[in-house]
Amino acid sequence: MAMAVRVFLLLTLLFLYANFSSALYEDQVGLMDWHQQYIGKVKHAVFHTQRAGRKRVVVSTEENAIASLDLRTGDIFWRHVLGANDAVDGIDIALGKYVITLSSEGSILRAWNLPDGQMVWETFLRGSTSSNSLLSILTNFKMDKENMVLVFGGGCLHAVSSIDGETIWRKELATESFEIRQILQSPESDIIHALGFVGSSKFVTYKIDAKNGELLKHTSTAFPGGFPGELSLVSADTVVALDATRSILVSISFQNGETSFHQTFISDLVADSAGVATILPARLTGIFAMKINSFIVFISVTDEHKLEVVQKITYPAAVSDVLSFSEGQKAFALVQHGGSRIQLVVKLDNDWSTDLLKESIEIDPKKGFVEKVFINNYIRTDRSHGFRALVVMEDHSLLLLQQGDIVWSREDGLASIIDMTTSELPVEKKGVSVAKVEHNLFEWLKGHFLKLKGTLMLASPDDITSIQEMRLKSSEKNKMTRDHNGFRKLLIVLTKAGKLYALHTGDGRVIWSLLLSSLRRSEVCEHPTGLNIYQWQVPHHHAMDENPSVLVVGKCGLGFDAPGVFSFVDSYTGKELDSLSLAHSVAQVITLPFTDSTEQRLHLLIDASNHAHVYPRNLEAVNILERELPNIYWYSVEYQRDIITGHALKGNCILDVEDEYCFNTRELWSIVFPSEAEKIIATATRKLNEVVHTQAKVIADQDVMYKYISRNLLFVATVAPKAAGEIGSATPEESWLVVYLIDTITGRILHRVTHFGSQGPVHAVFSENWVIYHYFNLRAHRYEMSVIEIYDQSRAGNKDVWKLVLGKHNLTSAISSYSRPEVMVKSQTYFFTHSVKTMAVTSTSKGITSKQLLIGTIGDQVLALDKRYLDPRRSPDPTQTEREEGIIPLTDSLPIIPQSYVTHSLKVEGLRGIVTVPAKLESTSLVFAYGVDLFFTRIAPSRTYDSLTEDFSYALLLITIVALIAAIFVTWILSENKELREKWR
Amino acid sequence: MATMERSKLILFITVLLHFCSSILPSAAAISSGASDGYTINGRVKVEGMGVKGFTLPGKISNAKVILNGGQNVTYLRPDGYFSFHNIPAGTHLIEVAALGFFFSPVRVDVSARNPGKVQAALTENRKGLNELILEPLREEQYYEIREPFSIMNVIKSPMGLMVGFMLIVVFLMPKLMENMDPEEIRRAQEEMRSQGVPSLANLIPGAGRN
Repeated sequence: MAMAVRVFLLLTLLFLYANFSSALYEDQVGLMDWHQQYIGKVKHAVFHTQRAGRKRVVVSTEENAIASLDLRTGDIFWRHVLGANDAVDGIDIALGKYVITLSSEGSILRAWNLPDGQMVWETFLRGSTSSNSLLSILTNFKMDKENMVLVFGGGCLHAVSSIDGETIWRKELATESFEIRQILQSPESDIIHALGFVGSSKFVTYKIDAKNGELLKHTSTAFPGGFPGELSLVSADTVVALDATRSILVSISFQNGETSFHQTFISDLVADSAGVATILPARLTGIFAMKINSFIVFISVTDEHKLEVVQKITYPAAVSDVLSFSEGQKAFALVQHGGSRIQLVVKLDNDWSTDLLKESIEIDPKKGFVEKVFINNYIRTDRSHGFRALVVMEDHSLLLLQQGDIVWSREDGLASIIDMTTSELPVEKKGVSVAKVEHNLFEWLKGHFLKLKGTLMLASPDDITSIQEMRLKSSEKNKMTRDHNGFRKLLIVLTKAGKLYALHTGDGRVIWSLLLSSLRRSEVCEHPTGLNIYQWQVPHHHAMDENPSVLVVGKCGLGFDAPGVFSFVDSYTGKELDSLSLAHSVAQVITLPFTDSTEQRLHLLIDASNHAHVYPRNLEAVNILERELPNIYWYSVEYQRDIITGHALKGNCILDVEDEYCFNTRELWSIVFPSEAEKIIATATRKLNEVVHTQAKVIADQDVMYKYISRNLLFVATVAPKAAGEIGSATPEESWLVVYLIDTITGRILHRVTHFGSQGPVHAVFSENWVIYHYFNLRAHRYEMSVIEIYDQSRAGNKDVWKLVLGKHNLTSAISSYSRPEVMVKSQTYFFTHSVKTMAVTSTSKGITSKQLLIGTIGDQVLALDKRYLDPRRSPDPTQTEREEGIIPLTDSLPIIPQSYVTHSLKVEGLRGIVTVPAKLESTSLVFAYGVDLFFTRIAPSRTYDSLTEDFSYALLLITIVALIAAIFVTWILSENKELREKWR
Repeated sequence: MATMERSKLILFITVLLHFCSSILPSAAAISSGASDGYTINGRVKVEGMGVKGFTLPGKISNAKVILNGGQNVTYLRPDGYFSFHNIPAGTHLIEVAALGFFFSPVRVDVSARNPGKVQAALTENRKGLNELILEPLREEQYYEIREPFSIMNVIKSPMGLMVGFMLIVVFLMPKLMENMDPEEIRRAQEEMRSQGVPSLANLIPGAGRN
């Protein structure tokens, strides 16, 4: 009998665990997840509007994406995100049906089918030296009715057929550091001109027959002043360049093989010429554009090489390339700012005085200045020419302007998220009426009956669509107030453009956005870069009425000692509360677990010279810090020198200027890895806000193991310097991976493991008492994942009940990093199929729910893998008790269950990071994955054991209850009748 | 319609033959290049989809082929071929990322000594490959399949069990009682009457005994 019970138990357990992964039904897509597709900041754009049918614009972006967008709506027809080191250099359309892209510094040429984005051909162009790259499609020139693609890259000029990618001819123009700046083709003949510079002082022209690549003429003329590299073509035989000092404009004419230089001082043309001049790459006829100081100057070049200023406009402005729109007429667009409006002017390029189009358009000032503009023409119904302009803004958003209006806009800044944090929504207050969402009882019941019909498969197609609509539009999840389960939050993301966005977790809409003034380019700050975002003020008891705020840390410049900038932003309104320009640099930001009386969290900033600065800057913060001075430790990792150092605070700074917020630091310990044998490639620590529910782990046979839980553990992985490169660059014999667990207070190495024949890249997650890391095993030539679990041995003796009763246990004794810990380590290794881009672990509010590992695979999907698969106690043949405990028999590789992809059938293109945030509901964790795309969902690693599922059929419950009551009445009446009959008998 | 199909099929075969004759010679998996690197050529093939047409099915056309965990990324041509250029000699790893399919990573040896020799093996099952033709190990289904409505499911659910039990009690029990010996029933009823159990229990013969 007992055996039968056991078998039954086992079966139920197996049944429970067989599909424990929280899989999704297809009709549940979009209920609790959302997915947004972006492309990034547009670099090049080519319009395709000539033919009837769908009008589209093909763009390439700084996220290495190529995309075809619908010109009417801005939606993506197709999109490809190229590899990380495959930056797009040029893009064009050939034959009206192929998109040609040049990438990887002019070495890979690809053609994509315009309607569906399928790659048609790919050609590798072998260069000899590194040089700039240039893509040009010869349209006038027809060789067997095909367009020829002319590519300069790697010091060679290649002519490629646009039909099949075959190289027609290849011309090596390799002299050292030769760069082609311009390719010209004669309108009538098959002759092309290539213009460029050799080194910084020679101007070179090549005259080449386009049919066979024969070099017809080659000139090379030295110019003593030197060239910085920019060049602007003003007519068929004249170019304008700057000299090396950027103070002289040189117009170069190269007619008939003769090259002559004419110099003009910029100061003769422009009165205020103190700044650095740059030539803008707009190709206008007879005119070129130059940026100097805060102006854009248009200068015309006459036949006698006389330069004249045509117009001077104030900077933030943008100029488009020329567009030929009808017989020989060429136009270009000019965009200028005026308050919150922008002015779009389209002019003929040879007639400065007339405007083809002049429009003033209201633009959200949060989008910043215009950075780029591309124009396209269309024929209006009255057969006149109209123009539309594609505008790239400072925040990387993309707008289409037509007829004085914004037709569509895309928030493509969200493709480059640097860091993110979350914020709670405001509490729902009495009297504050949130949009009327609760419907009456009848509607509620009707909805549930529809759902019931759906589950019983009785619904008609109409019903099914209305059910789906009802579920997706559930206004409950999109409310702007805090909910009981903690599912509704604000995701506050910082993007590369220096813009903050707050996204609602319900549907991913942008609640507010803010272009941070501290992270905008200005004269003081040439290259501002955003670094991190922190929760600054999270009011809960003292300052309940105040809005929470976030702190954005950035720096002004690219160097490590560039001064820092701060911005404080209100999380509810998106207003910048304050911004600070710091006097010191920012090397490290440490969030301290202390708050002042206004609930502002204390942050310690370590600068490049190892001084610590406390923020917020008030006396209370200094007092708190001085009280806690001996308890503050941190560590720093120097990847270049392979050193890990532990630090502590020492007391106030001794500087020339009195600064009570500045503290000195001292070095406590340092671990120096031998640089000839080990190179640090990855580190991982526990998340600061992680909650662990219990230290004890009850295992089978009533035994207890105590987890060694310390916040100060650091995982470090080092590899042999030879094996630090890509896979395939080192043999198994010369590569090894060493893994350390280090206590960051004392610098004590608690554990060390060497994996011979393995190499990086290493991705690791640290949680509770375990660390999981992913690396490459060269011997098996497969990826592996290892788990290390640390247990506290000093508490292992507390098993005797009598000891506990008599108080002779050490469970309540304080844990100190200074006492030598007795730890026991268990580890195990498994194969894993895929390459990994990033890893994370689920976090829940109380830490009771079991954990899942979230693995961002190379295919840009996110796989949820139960921690139970990475349990060092797995064995090939677990005992009965272990099986009951839930230990899975050991297999050599980790299973990949397609249903456990949290991104189901979607991809998060260009995946870079996964963030998990606990919901208030213990079973649930919110997951946000970002890259070029954004994806949000919530997952329940052990299913939603603490709430009813969304599918729960209230109607069925009601029907059952009604049926039961009816049955009771019927039986009651029957029994009464029967009794009556009995009595009459 | 049928003739149309056939002509299409014939066209497809001829195209395929033509294609094979033109492409295959150049499809040796590794070809030597200039001094700086080698080229890896390969093909992704999806069984059961080829009949539909010469081009790859829509699902796979968006596939990426990834070398060494992201060092190089390339795409498939319409016929499923791909190539990596400028690859140094050594042992490399090729992965295919295609939604809906599970591909095993492939270990490819590019040797400097005898260029042109194919050395490829699936890392999942250590199967060697003569040619670099990658086929998915299995299709991936990302969603749970909703089981179609069946009476059994409703009955098996807790509520279904409750209702079923009720029905049995209401309709089946009286029938059972009819078949019983009338004397026995009378005896049982008298016994019950003497105990004074509620009248509802009269209907259930077993209830009284407990």
